[in-house]
Amino acid sequence: MIVGSSPPRLDGADKVTGDAMYVDDLQFDGMLYGATVRSRQAHARYLGYELDPDYDWTDITVVTHEAIPGGNYVALMVDDQPALVSDLIRHPSEPVVLLAAPTREQAEEARAHVKLLVEPLPIVVDLEAARAGAGPIWGDDNIISHLEIQKGDGPGCVDKALAEHPDAILVEGRYYTGAQEQMYIEPQGIIAMPWGKGGIEILGSLQCPYYVVKALAQLLDVPAAEIKVVQAVTGGGFGGKEDYPSIISAHASLLALATGKPVKLVYDRAEDLSSTTRRHPAITWHRTAVAPDGTLLAMEVDCAFDGGAYTTLSPVVLSRALIHGVGPYNCEHAMVTGDIVATNTPPNGAFRGFGAPQVCFASERHIDKIAATLGRDPVALRRQLALRIGDTTLTGQTLETSVASDEVLDVALEASDWDRRRAEAEAINARGGVPPADPIPGMGTTGRLRGVGMSFFFHGAGFTGNGEARIKGRVRMEVRPDGQIVIYSASTDIGQGTRTVFPQLAATTLGVGIERIEMHTPDTSVVPDSGPTVASRTLMVVGKVVEDCSNALKARMGFEGGDWDAAVDAFFAGGGDGSVELEYQTPPHVEWDNETYQGEAYPCYAWACDVVEVEVCPDTYETRITGFWSAQDVGKAIHPVLVSGQLEGGSLQALGFAVLEEMKFADGQLTNNRMTNCIIPTALDAPEMDMRLVEAPFAGGPFGAKGIGELPMDGGAPAVLAAIEHATGLSLDSLPASPEALMRAAAE
Amino acid sequence: MRNVNGGLTVRFTLNGEAVEIRNVPPMERLLDTLRERARVTGTKEGCGEGECGACTVLIDGAPSVACLVPTCQVDGEEVVTVEGLAEDGRLSALQSEFLAAGGAQCGICTPGFLVAARALLDANASPTRAEIREGLAGNLCRCTGYQKIVDGVERAAEQERAGDAG
Repeated sequence: MIVGSSPPRLDGADKVTGDAMYVDDLQFDGMLYGATVRSRQAHARYLGYELDPDYDWTDITVVTHEAIPGGNYVALMVDDQPALVSDLIRHPSEPVVLLAAPTREQAEEARAHVKLLVEPLPIVVDLEAARAGAGPIWGDDNIISHLEIQKGDGPGCVDKALAEHPDAILVEGRYYTGAQEQMYIEPQGIIAMPWGKGGIEILGSLQCPYYVVKALAQLLDVPAAEIKVVQAVTGGGFGGKEDYPSIISAHASLLALATGKPVKLVYDRAEDLSSTTRRHPAITWHRTAVAPDGTLLAMEVDCAFDGGAYTTLSPVVLSRALIHGVGPYNCEHAMVTGDIVATNTPPNGAFRGFGAPQVCFASERHIDKIAATLGRDPVALRRQLALRIGDTTLTGQTLETSVASDEVLDVALEASDWDRRRAEAEAINARGGVPPADPIPGMGTTGRLRGVGMSFFFHGAGFTGNGEARIKGRVRMEVRPDGQIVIYSASTDIGQGTRTVFPQLAATTLGVGIERIEMHTPDTSVVPDSGPTVASRTLMVVGKVVEDCSNALKARMGFEGGDWDAAVDAFFAGGGDGSVELEYQTPPHVEWDNETYQGEAYPCYAWACDVVEVEVCPDTYETRITGFWSAQDVGKAIHPVLVSGQLEGGSLQALGFAVLEEMKFADGQLTNNRMTNCIIPTALDAPEMDMRLVEAPFAGGPFGAKGIGELPMDGGAPAVLAAIEHATGLSLDSLPASPEALMRAAAE
Repeated sequence: MRNVNGGLTVRFTLNGEAVEIRNVPPMERLLDTLRERARVTGTKEGCGEGECGACTVLIDGAPSVACLVPTCQVDGEEVVTVEGLAEDGRLSALQSEFLAAGGAQCGICTPGFLVAARALLDANASPTRAEIREGLAGNLCRCTGYQKIVDGVERAAEQERAGDAG
């Protein structure tokens, strides 16, 4: 059985030898280098540009919005984002003029000799002011998207519960999480080349090849068949390469069409950080009516997400956020509301978790606040409230299968030896902290305070509601006369292991060795549209189609095991057709009302519990994460090494979000746009991780697997803040828990 | 060694082979010389300011970020990139253990990690996990959480010690 084993990833040899070719490694004859001239103002009328008359423009090609054959917008959800500014600048890193030059240095140099003529306008960058209608700078109220989900009594449910239950307690909170950078180590980049008759070929670092096809066909006013998009080996994405590559592709294509040559447009780190998408900053307000026994009588949750200057994917982010708004807990009456609010900042977008980490931070901190208010143990309260089989979610979905709440709590708490570890931390702190004899560099000389915290969370797998039924992801598989089997799918491997687990699924289903399976490069001129590589859907949804195709081939060939080569020879001798293409079949029980947000929001959820131990220096307020234990429900571990690698990597992104990742802005412009000051965890910041896999199979996924790409991002931050509170008594409700933030809290 | 146009001719050993690069501007980065001129592209650029370590190479055995080294400085020296880590065309123990442990996901930081790990193991054949973390602290990975990178290097060290003993 190949499923369940952990062969070295099939694209791995190229990655450890340096042979893997990423977009910036590729060269083509006559290739030019592109550069993007961007606005600096956050909001301004654009009047035109001037080229420095003293600069030699002989070899430089200049392109503006006037060169766009189709509509000047980046086709995604709403057509409000121009590919190049024509009249109004809405954020401080907006593309205005494009340049192409024979060398990277010349393109970079020429960029400094283009002057944009602008007339500044008042800017709106504060989220709450924008929500109140400042400006407005988008529509007539800055509200890009509004959504409400109600359960039971819905509007006014908290006041009603308080009136009906005189002994009920009101617990309120306001929680804030800031922008977070995906920080894939490979910056974004695209090469565009003239292709066919007036078409374009794209080669690039990207997650969603068919998104680029859609955007370019519109922008260039050509049929989709004239656009060919090929994924280069991609150095990480985490959502950051979901939609932005469409913009870079648009720019590179315009330059390629203007010059008739291949154009490489690769961002340096500063441009990538300043211009591309990030996690939405968000404020979440909770009002909860709690019974003395801990029962959540009614919850009101309200969120404001900073969308930035344009719509992009934000309405979908808000949707996922609100569905996860009350967490994995029972509550009979709820009202969950939220807005995507426009500001004069670059559009925020997809980043692993897609709205859930913000609301999970809020709801987990809030549950801790409720526990503290009631004097309850945080674990016992969660066990009391946790959703289980037969319970009903916020959207009225009754959970019938594949719920792992008890398992993940049991496994993580046992792995961490929770009770003993909590007690030990308290005993150490009572004796004045961890003895200085056990130093951590930079952590002061007096006793560090130790604390242990936890979080419990879930994440809906796949697209929300009827999304998968709408997308109809497709896969084709072919048996070749030489016995090799080729999988054609637009699902991209951005590090998560698609190019290994799809062959595992096919090999196991067909009953052949994995060396028989090949995966074609995602190339839209060859592979069918499997849907985007997002939403924790690739293995669970597209992998299911791989399994279906494998079964269909097996049935068509009548192969029941044994000699594969003989079976292939006989099949082709009999004139067999070795190609099968299928689309995803939504599980029959999925019912969803997109108007009321009622029904099966997701076919299944993945469940998890994180336990974090920290030590906090009482002098510097620096926090060190000294231990991490987690139990995460993956349905079925197709490849245990790859899946635990996903969970560990996602967990560290969450831990970084908790203590050290912070993006800072002045007038909407990112001020720490370098890796030196926009930091992420190193190997020294990362704790040893004890990651336990729990398997609550999902019948609709291949071999029971469920989507887990985003799950590990959701729970790390609230667990860290709970641990800091346990160590210091300081209760933070915003991120990151920087030394400055802790010092301010201590001073209050 | 100065050429007529002000560039330099730089001679060094690259992965065991003598190379001569002509017309190198005095401040050209070793990273660009390797990638754009020698077309040895395993060495990656993640930040251009020495922070991410994706461009780590060995210069006379010392791990160095090639984005901060002017090419003229390696004249006469020995440069090893990820392409120089395989042994007789086969993956070295470091490469294969790193891969088997799950140390590579997207792979963009992998060359830098492997080169830094080579330097670490050359200096210390039996590093503790804490020493491995310390030795790799100049390299950033966003995919793995470092757990499986540390695992891979630890396993490689065991393999290499077993190989030396055998």
